[in-house]
Amino acid sequence: MVLSVLGKFKGSLRRTREQLKSGLERVLRGRARIDDDLFEELGEILISADVGVAASERILDRVKSRVRSNGVDDPGEIPRLLQEEIEEILEAASRRLTAPEKRPPGERPRWERPEAGEGADEVPVTEASMAAKEGTGGPRVMMVVGVNGTGKTTTIGKLAKRYVDEGQRVLVAACDTYRAAAAEQLQIWADRAGVEMVGSHSGADPASVAYDALSSTVARGGDVLLIDTAGRLHTRTPLMEELRKMKRVLARLHPGAPHDTLLVLDATTGQNGLSQCRLFHEALDLTGIVLAKLDGTARGGIVIAAAEELGIPVRYVGTGETIADIAEFDPRSFAAALFSD
Amino acid sequence: MFDDLTEKLGDVFRRLRGYGRLSEKDVRAAMREIRIALLEADVNYRVVKDFIDSVQSEAVGERVTKSVSPGYQVIKIVHDELVSLLGGEGERIGFAASPPTVIMLVGLQGCGKTTLAAKLAHRLKKAGKRPLLVACDTRRPAAREQLAIVADQVPAPVFFGDGTDAVEVAASAVKGAREQGRDLLILDTGGRLHIDDELMDELARMKDAVHPTEICLVADGMTGQDAVQVAKEFDDRLGIDGVILTKLDGDARGGAALSIRAVTGRPIKFVGVGEKVGDLEEFIPERMASRILGLGDVVSLVEKAEAVIDQKEAERLEAKLRKEEFTLDDFLDQLRQMRRIAPLDQVLQMVPGVDRKMLKSAVVDEAALDRFEAIVCSMTREERRRPEILDGSRRKRIAKGSGTTLHDVNNVVKQFMMARKLMKDVTTGKLKVPGLPEFRR
Repeated sequence: MVLSVLGKFKGSLRRTREQLKSGLERVLRGRARIDDDLFEELGEILISADVGVAASERILDRVKSRVRSNGVDDPGEIPRLLQEEIEEILEAASRRLTAPEKRPPGERPRWERPEAGEGADEVPVTEASMAAKEGTGGPRVMMVVGVNGTGKTTTIGKLAKRYVDEGQRVLVAACDTYRAAAAEQLQIWADRAGVEMVGSHSGADPASVAYDALSSTVARGGDVLLIDTAGRLHTRTPLMEELRKMKRVLARLHPGAPHDTLLVLDATTGQNGLSQCRLFHEALDLTGIVLAKLDGTARGGIVIAAAEELGIPVRYVGTGETIADIAEFDPRSFAAALFSD
Repeated sequence: MFDDLTEKLGDVFRRLRGYGRLSEKDVRAAMREIRIALLEADVNYRVVKDFIDSVQSEAVGERVTKSVSPGYQVIKIVHDELVSLLGGEGERIGFAASPPTVIMLVGLQGCGKTTLAAKLAHRLKKAGKRPLLVACDTRRPAAREQLAIVADQVPAPVFFGDGTDAVEVAASAVKGAREQGRDLLILDTGGRLHIDDELMDELARMKDAVHPTEICLVADGMTGQDAVQVAKEFDDRLGIDGVILTKLDGDARGGAALSIRAVTGRPIKFVGVGEKVGDLEEFIPERMASRILGLGDVVSLVEKAEAVIDQKEAERLEAKLRKEEFTLDDFLDQLRQMRRIAPLDQVLQMVPGVDRKMLKSAVVDEAALDRFEAIVCSMTREERRRPEILDGSRRKRIAKGSGTTLHDVNNVVKQFMMARKLMKDVTTGKLKVPGLPEFRR
């Protein structure tokens, strides 16, 4: 299982890895010692993978301090340290979702430290609170959000198939009542996954469609309800408010819902992705990211920045165009795929 | 999110007091900040490197004039250089000498091709063309349905063909265009997750079959470092004639524009700035440069305001204000003019120095504006002229007629009375508003 996941990431991250690798080789070739010059060039490599300036600098600062405290003097050690650092950032974000924090404050990534500002006052989601959510019974409700054209509908189709294969009774709700032919597109994916689609007349209030969809999911004894929403730019406050309303309406009908609010990010997105994460997170308290369209040329480095700065974990990765092309995100494999063959 | 670049450079140059020449050290420190600004704007790092190298040498030794601070001076040099790199002022869609003109839109999945096809049709229809949209995306679920719906908004006809082979569809659309009296065809092609041979083959075959007048690459304005790769591959395989950037109505700084331009040398022709069919703007290098540097966009704002505000009308209003003849009708007119510029929160975003965080707390309630319009529209002419006569029963009738509450109506009347008094005080000089130039005849 782990092996196949690793394989999938490896294929998906081929281009990124090649670039990282050739970049690292170029930087390390003939270099005898670790100096500031080296770190400057390492920064460039991270930036070229869309990790961003700020996050890259902080990652390298931590690598630097490890170099110093461990007395590392072989530049050849650098790739390993970098890989471990990235893995740790991604893992810390994932842990936050599944387990209470136990690490000492000194090793915490930026978003968890009190001085970090964002995210500092948030209560980590613990196993207990997850259990409480599960304990409410009824369907598990997942809301899928994101800016236009990132692949929300496709992601829902893939997730639906995945849950169906796990033996769950899945329904999808067409709450994108704005975009032309959105419901038709979702219907096609629903058919492919063999699940039922509920709701939607174009122009209806999405919250009311969500409400109806959840009622009928409960009535039909569904296990999972996947809610498709209209793409919107994160800066359009009224549209973000519309999503908040959907969330409130769902929670009123079924306490604990939505159990997941997933942001779909296009893997080719640059630094604006961070702004997307931040504003969607502020509005909706995201439980994770789905990194879509990660399939060769895209870098996806933005999720490292998102995990580092905001502590939002990646949950799934979309790796291709067919319905099976989705994988659960595994920080270790992802980091490994970035660096090793 | 980002500190203002102007501010940062101000810090760098605080020591320099507006005299002398820029030293190499000062410039290098400034270039560091500019480099970060460009990278945060998603300009490709190699493009940034070349750019900084060329600007750096130019800026060193530049005389700092007394009137401008060194920070601004450097920004101006950088800005001008960016503008000339983004270049291509006045680059328009080229039309075929003998119709029909065929525009082929290509790009990755989800970059906004279908929406853009409609926007382009809308725009060129206004310019007197008779567009036909061609559904060449035969793979994505419901792509054809989506095109049909957005075409309705133009409105423009859609050619579907047999819907199986994209090249076939394109070819027969072009063949039939003249009989149908269409002089412009816009081909909405299928996107792929990444550039693969199958996609490129299909597009290359389509190119050979229909000989498009223009091939436009549609690129997501939020794309990161990958933009260069995408643009290059499309250009290598197909030879693109121009670029259209989409989704620039958010807070993306659009560095992809610079990357693509620098790598392919192809002009950027339009930018997509919203979800409505009319939300397409011409590409203006100056504006893009300001945006990439994070300097706000005053030019756009002024231009938009000029386009919708009638100068004569404004003068008439001012005279009315003075004579205290300002009525609810005028108030409504004003509001409608403002709203025609753009959604108010968008207007605010274009003003430099407006903090985005601040903006978020000051949400413009578009629904409240709708209510306001409804209320005024439910009044009689006499009531709009003389709101004084609005007694309880009239107000009740208005509330009913506009689907609002008595409370809403009271608010509107109260706010209007206050606004009228305030404007009178300002225009007659009784009240001085700091920062607002005095009205003069």
